[in-house]
Amino acid sequence: MTALDIQRIRADFPILKREVHGRPLVYFDNAATTQKPQAVIDALVEYYSTYNANIHRGIHALAEEATARYEATRQSVADFIGAPSADCIVFTRNTTESINLVAHAWGRKNLQPGDEIVLSAMEHHSDIVPWQLLAQATGARLRVLGIDDEGRLLSDDIERLIGEKTKLVAVTQMSNVLGTINPVEQIAELAHQQGALMLVDAAQSIPHMPVDVQALGADFVVFSAHKMLGPTGVGVLYAPRDLLEEMDPFLTGGEMIRRVTYEDSSWNDVPWKFEAGTPNIGDVCAFSASLDYLSDLGMENVRAHEIDLVTVAMRRLSQIEGVTIYGPRNPEDRGGVVAFNLDDVHPHDLATVLDQHGVAIRAGHHCAQPLMGRLDVVATARASFYVYNSEEELDALVEGIEAAARLFRAPVPTRA
Amino acid sequence: MPQSLPEPEFDQLYRELILDHYRNPRHREPLAKPDVVAEGYNPLCGDEVEIRLSFDNGTVSDLSVDGRGCSISQASGSMLTDLVIGKRADEVRSLSGLFTKMMTDPEGEPPEELGDLEAFQGVAKFPVRVKCATLAWHTLEDGIQQHDEGGHTARHEE
Repeated sequence: MTALDIQRIRADFPILKREVHGRPLVYFDNAATTQKPQAVIDALVEYYSTYNANIHRGIHALAEEATARYEATRQSVADFIGAPSADCIVFTRNTTESINLVAHAWGRKNLQPGDEIVLSAMEHHSDIVPWQLLAQATGARLRVLGIDDEGRLLSDDIERLIGEKTKLVAVTQMSNVLGTINPVEQIAELAHQQGALMLVDAAQSIPHMPVDVQALGADFVVFSAHKMLGPTGVGVLYAPRDLLEEMDPFLTGGEMIRRVTYEDSSWNDVPWKFEAGTPNIGDVCAFSASLDYLSDLGMENVRAHEIDLVTVAMRRLSQIEGVTIYGPRNPEDRGGVVAFNLDDVHPHDLATVLDQHGVAIRAGHHCAQPLMGRLDVVATARASFYVYNSEEELDALVEGIEAAARLFRAPVPTRA
Repeated sequence: MPQSLPEPEFDQLYRELILDHYRNPRHREPLAKPDVVAEGYNPLCGDEVEIRLSFDNGTVSDLSVDGRGCSISQASGSMLTDLVIGKRADEVRSLSGLFTKMMTDPEGEPPEELGDLEAFQGVAKFPVRVKCATLAWHTLEDGIQQHDEGGHTARHEE
């Protein structure tokens, strides 16, 4: 059984006390964003009530305190993901901005016509569109690693498509739809053998399992605070310091400069070279509280809890007539995400019925339209779990799906 | 329904008439020799409709509505068929305008001209679902526009 005390954890999340449509909230939309513990909410309030100031420039007590707390969070992030030092950590707005940063600051400088960028068939739009535009701008070409019917990357494609023309491989560590956990360590090794760099989209993995970026061997690792109990508006880019130093600036203006004249400017040291303008100080400082919270739970325990939940969820959903589950069948091979469909019932109809049962799931294409095409569906429903979810909550999910099946299948009662 | 769902708004969204048309769509068999084929898509939710239209002297003499998607989008396509057959192009446009207006006004009195389609007024309370309801109507309008301009195919994105 899981080492997490779910009831104690739940008490830390005020939102879990609320009801939706007269039923207790069952929040199964954690792959979209997670709820926040009181400690994170308190940290935000503490920032705005006691040490709100702009950072890095002010010569006064509040500015010094805010700067120290902001930079301390950078160190906490580095420690959490096993980065060698805090200057490998760049704060952005979200995972999407982190990827765009790499596409602009590294990609435009290093890609030429004929070069290739290798993606996978299960990428989120944020790990497709920036590369598409980069390819259009530089004359590079996108290659896509295929998947098998269980949603696992085709090892033949990995061998075949990563070659001497490859300059970058950008793959998710955990699919936001299928839950598939990809062998990014091996892919990074292959990429490096070909002289290519490796970007790992860790938006779904770092919040849910132990990840050591140095063990991954990835050159760029990107993720967001809001998917790991932290505030919205904070993304992270990890890259080794020498790589960051070689890259051009992305957004430009204040904070990221050393010296400015009307003729020319020079850049601040990394990572600040990539943090133009006043950053999201309050949310970055509060992110520290979510990292502490997860560290206290232990990421091994978080992962074990989600394997338990997914095992039960897949068993119970597969017992409902007409339910199709996508992704790997073995819960050990997937994260805490279960995408499914109920017969021909559109996932939006299903989600509306579940909402009436207090159950929040995601329905749609999950920002992965090419993957929907590969699965030959227009959309799916998706339940995704986190540390505060319990097996008992799956009852409401199953009950809601069964109600939807009755509503959309049953013959219409005739009325006099 | 064995599981009682207490919310009145929910019952207004999935009115029995709408569910009936979703399960048993009318005029679904595609017309064999239409004058115009209009396809409509909502890329965000993946709803699709294909409307085939035949005209006789400026009047919609027959039409079929086929597609796949959520209950609201498919029922809306089915329910407009009987209302539209026999109407002139300008009358169809006017009905489409009334329908679209009803979808943005959950409290207003549903226009009499729409008949049974007043069942869709409950959808107006679910803003994310409004485009599901209007997809077929806007696709129909594009098809009529094409016919006016001498074209035979239309593609609408909601």
